[in-house]
Amino acid sequence: MDRPVHRVSMGDPWSRQVHPDIASERYTQSFDVERLTNILDGGAQNTTLRRKVESIIHGDPVFNLKDNYFMSQNERYEASIQKKFHIQKLAERLGWLEDSRELHYASRTLSGDLALGLHHIFVKALRSLGSDEQIAKWAPLCNKFQIIATYAQTELGHGTYLQGLETEATYDADTQEFVLHSPSITAIKWWPGDLGRSATHALVQAQLMCSGARRGMHAFIVPIRSLQDHTPLPGITVGDIGPKMDFEQTDNGFLRLDHVRVPRENMLSRFAQVLPDGTYIKLGTPQSNYLSMVVTRVELLLGEITPLLQKACVIAIRYSVIRRQSQLRPSGPEAKVLDYQTQQQKLFPQLATAYAFHFLANNLLEFFHRSYSAILNRDFSLLPELHALSSGAKAMVADFCTQGAELCRRACGGHGYSKLSGLPSLVTRVTASCTYEGENTVLYLQTARFLIKSYLQAQASPGSTLQKSFPQSVAYLTAPDLARCPAHRAADFLHPELYTRAWAHVAVRLIQDSVHHLQTLQQSGAEQHEAWNQTTVIHLQAAKAHCYYVTVKSFTEALEKLANEPAIQQALKRLCDLYALHGILSNAGDFLHDGFLSGAQVDMVRTAYLDLLRLIRKDAISLTDAFDFTDQCLNSALGCYDGNVYERLFHWAQKSPTNTQGNPAYEKYIRPLLQSWRPKL
Amino acid sequence: MNQDLRRERAAASFNPDRLTYILDGSPENTRRRREIENLILNDPDFQHEDLNFLTRSQRYEVAVRKSATMVRKMREFGISDPDEIMWFKKLHMINFVEPVGLNYSMFIPTLLNQGTTAQQEKWLFSSKGLEIIGTYAQTELGHGTHLRGLETTATYDPETQEFILNSPTVTSIKWWPGGLGKTSNHAIVLAQLYTKGKCYGLHAFIVPLREIGTHKPLPGITVGDIGPKFGYDEMDNGYLKMDNYRIPRNMLMKYAQVKPDGTYVKPVSNKLTYGTMVFIRSFLVGEAARSLAKACTIAIRYSAVRHQSEIKPDEPEPQILDFQTQQYKLFPLLATAYAFHFVGAYMKETYHRINEGIGQGDLSELPELHALTAGLKAFTSWTTNTAIEACRMACGGHGYSHCSGLPNIYVTFTPTCTFEGENTVMMLQTARFLMKSYDQVHSGKLVCGMVSYLNDLPSQRIQPQQVAVWPTLVDINSPDSLTEAYRLRAARLVEIAAKNLQTEVSHRKSKEVAWNLTSVDLVRASEAHCHYVTVKLFTEKLLKIQDKSIQAVLRNLCLLYSLYGISQKSGDFLQEGILTDSQITQVHQRIKELLTVIRPDAVALVDAFDFQDVSLGSVLGRYDGNVYENLFEWAKKSPLNKAEVHESYYKHLKPLQSKL
Repeated sequence: MDRPVHRVSMGDPWSRQVHPDIASERYTQSFDVERLTNILDGGAQNTTLRRKVESIIHGDPVFNLKDNYFMSQNERYEASIQKKFHIQKLAERLGWLEDSRELHYASRTLSGDLALGLHHIFVKALRSLGSDEQIAKWAPLCNKFQIIATYAQTELGHGTYLQGLETEATYDADTQEFVLHSPSITAIKWWPGDLGRSATHALVQAQLMCSGARRGMHAFIVPIRSLQDHTPLPGITVGDIGPKMDFEQTDNGFLRLDHVRVPRENMLSRFAQVLPDGTYIKLGTPQSNYLSMVVTRVELLLGEITPLLQKACVIAIRYSVIRRQSQLRPSGPEAKVLDYQTQQQKLFPQLATAYAFHFLANNLLEFFHRSYSAILNRDFSLLPELHALSSGAKAMVADFCTQGAELCRRACGGHGYSKLSGLPSLVTRVTASCTYEGENTVLYLQTARFLIKSYLQAQASPGSTLQKSFPQSVAYLTAPDLARCPAHRAADFLHPELYTRAWAHVAVRLIQDSVHHLQTLQQSGAEQHEAWNQTTVIHLQAAKAHCYYVTVKSFTEALEKLANEPAIQQALKRLCDLYALHGILSNAGDFLHDGFLSGAQVDMVRTAYLDLLRLIRKDAISLTDAFDFTDQCLNSALGCYDGNVYERLFHWAQKSPTNTQGNPAYEKYIRPLLQSWRPKL
Repeated sequence: MNQDLRRERAAASFNPDRLTYILDGSPENTRRRREIENLILNDPDFQHEDLNFLTRSQRYEVAVRKSATMVRKMREFGISDPDEIMWFKKLHMINFVEPVGLNYSMFIPTLLNQGTTAQQEKWLFSSKGLEIIGTYAQTELGHGTHLRGLETTATYDPETQEFILNSPTVTSIKWWPGGLGKTSNHAIVLAQLYTKGKCYGLHAFIVPLREIGTHKPLPGITVGDIGPKFGYDEMDNGYLKMDNYRIPRNMLMKYAQVKPDGTYVKPVSNKLTYGTMVFIRSFLVGEAARSLAKACTIAIRYSAVRHQSEIKPDEPEPQILDFQTQQYKLFPLLATAYAFHFVGAYMKETYHRINEGIGQGDLSELPELHALTAGLKAFTSWTTNTAIEACRMACGGHGYSHCSGLPNIYVTFTPTCTFEGENTVMMLQTARFLMKSYDQVHSGKLVCGMVSYLNDLPSQRIQPQQVAVWPTLVDINSPDSLTEAYRLRAARLVEIAAKNLQTEVSHRKSKEVAWNLTSVDLVRASEAHCHYVTVKLFTEKLLKIQDKSIQAVLRNLCLLYSLYGISQKSGDFLQEGILTDSQITQVHQRIKELLTVIRPDAVALVDAFDFQDVSLGSVLGRYDGNVYENLFEWAKKSPLNKAEVHESYYKHLKPLQSKL
């Protein structure tokens, strides 16, 4: 089959020939893979542009990722700084603008293996929280890399809970300066990326004290390193926080501030100002400070987290048609492991999830763009819903992608444990997303608060849901509910309408439950905060069901838009069905609990689910090919397009420094150990 | 000591030392274990830099040095009892990862099990003293758990009385054996035996790999390290390619034999190799318990030290262990660590009991044990794998740093899911035994042991309404009654799998295809069976505990373990009518009550595991709880902080700033 050259361009001699076991998977395709790629890219022109960027990047040896697995933390850091440097030069030469598609594609091509990622987060925060004058002053400096900036929020003793941060910014009206200070060891800023060795400036989140009162968290631009020789400025203690599971290319750092003074103009003041005399003026809601975090969360879903699961699926599924193990028939050859039902049950739900999250994240991004400009103009009516949706979605996507990537890794047996499979790095990278940008449990609970509020609102004034102001994502809270699922046979469970309503039912019931538990405790005299804490497990459950519902719904809506592409629609619908049914089976208790599903119906779900595995099997390779990751970007000996797994694994292993450099341990320890060898051996 | 931890310890309802004795088996065991641990802690020869700051090659070197020291010290200290060796290794290697480990765990035992007396005389002494270092090479690049698929051949040449070892394809290259890459100079190689033109299946051969004296690979041998991995940095997992490589008649011949003229003599029984596998699996279940116990220790101590958010406004930030969600994350895992400890102890006892039987030629219990331990290995390792990650994430961002020790525990443990038999394959082995037992009951014969519940299956009387068949008598406050509920669930899921299998068989011709199309159900049945066994063993253990305060606290853990499992699998219990809707609601409620009841004892319960700080390798999990000061100190020691301005500033950053 005619394929774009870039897919098999690892430059290895065996790449010219595609392994017959994977070639046979591609002979008969039930849909046009290229069309699906275009859909995922948001249009054929984007696919073309992306491939153009990929070929530029892959054409330049500086951007090679192949040695990553053999490098030390120091080497990884240096290489990623070097890559960043080259990308910037390239962008300048080719006219790629900040935040352009080209730069996004470049980052995707390099699997995000670029330094100074926080620099861009800083710019985003600046644009969300800074006044127009501040943006005019600092953004050009950042764009030209005259300063390198990071975003410093988390502290050694404090994370997701912003009010708990200890760093102080005390206004001194005499000099019109803020004095930034870390009052204790737990107040040391800890974790910000690029802080350890790279950044010259940090956007520091600190408790503002002015006119003798605490005003809560505000953001301050603090110079931390000399622009001449990069040494830390007076009052600044800064360094790297040491080795981590991954992100070795990033110098996550610590920062201790000892009465460091910055001018009054360095407090970002779109939503709050301190006048020269120390008068505090508030322009936004308490939530407006979260805006930059919302921006980051939404962009992470598509730009970072979901692709990691997609890659894991590509690698595991491709490897599973090459790997043969045991026999399916006594006299037959060893079978492809993907033909085993248990292997399908491990991998296909992950593939379905990878697609589901693609559509969920796109939906969210659209909603975000609709509401963002209003918020910047200080119209906050959509912020609560945006905050709730993005919190829950981030938590769920991070959760599922982490579990999914790890499942894919283990589905590759022993070889999944080798870094050369690419899978360990995907796992260690994606798992960080469960705690960064808001710890998942805390985020789910924020969604839960919104759900409870919306539920009570809908109960209090049933008409309110008809108003435009009632959040759309929870409109189902007042839609007519079914008490029993109407399905009669397994095939009924393949109707999106039916399973979407099933998920809506369970979400509503759990939200009702969680409200009920909370109110009962409160009525029995428990203090409000204690009552909340004693019911958080059920709130968590409700928020998760809600997020699952939202995902199923966004997937089914995406399918409706594919009416012109019946073959693709059919293939994706199976994934959508599988996603919905997999969730029902994993939470069968919740569906059985109030008799919504009968035992017989759960059996039907299981039958439908197992049938889907079989149907998805023949499309599996096409569905993973459609993500269109290049071999270089996957950087996996198991997951290359050509399927030449074993040759590549053997070849890559031989290049490991453990084989190309000597073995000092032999001379020092092994030889003395063996000293009393006997000649008769 | 940190004030929070001091308060926690003072408030515990029992004496953790007493619980430690129970976990160790006796106060005498605890005393001896601590004595051995102190030998290492106080020995300057075992001190080394924090492994997290070393490169892979440095870690390998440290491990080899420690192995060499260990051999010397164990002789010196007179440590030879297997348990004592384990205590010793546990502390000094921290993770049991040592390049010469396979020499002791696989090479020597295989020699003992399968070598003739003459072969043992020839090899045993030198391998015990590490005059030769052996490893065990089974897995190949393209072949894992399915042994018959291995491709390496050993062809007998009667002319020279030699075997010719050959790796005919890329996929036949031996891949993964520990210590093979750089350390070992001999390997026991599993290969397909050919003699007189016929293949006799897999046999074991002792193969010299490296020249004595120079350590260079011998002609015909290609050997090396397989490259970087998720974890096991200290281990040189290796590859081995043999190119028509000749060895003397070194096949292990205690059972099967090849005579000098090439005649093949069949072994008497092949059940014997089960023994080693059962032993290793029982060890792995114990490892699962230990790894999870470590992770719980770190996460629970840190959660008592860490303060975050507010429960009540204007009050100081509470310990995160006071949050219900944190308790809900951690306490069920703590209960699981205890449950698995008792399962591991049971398996070890059973192995030793049966092993005496093997010595006397009684092999009748082996098949059940072999089948059961396969599932338990998979069940405990899957659960533990997820649980360690959950502990790590419960520590928030700091869990992601190597200072927490948790990433290391995870990457060291997770291969357990794939090695010594991939877990899904293991589950299906257990399922095969369950199906066999089910058929046996169906044909009117009773089965015994852990599957005896199948005897009570009212298969013939199953009504369309299952609810009528299972009277709901479950008392959710009684471990015995909960065990019964798990028993019913296992019985039902085994039956469902068996019936679905029969249906598939009747629809299709081949048994194998039917088996594949039922395998998801079969795995479910195995899991339910293993879950039942775990609940049962935990419940039975309670009866043997004398100390009332400890019995009370373990009873709560046992209840939590059982109820939590029900809440996670409530679909099964509801669908089979074992529990009603309102009982499930009570289960959820009771779990939350138990969290509150266990809360004051949480720190004491992890203290009872009695891990030394060194073996936890965690700044977050320190016994004294002084987390933040030490975290800052730890980071400062990182090699990345050696220079105030990193060289890449001059190379890349400065030009970036000036050019654009």
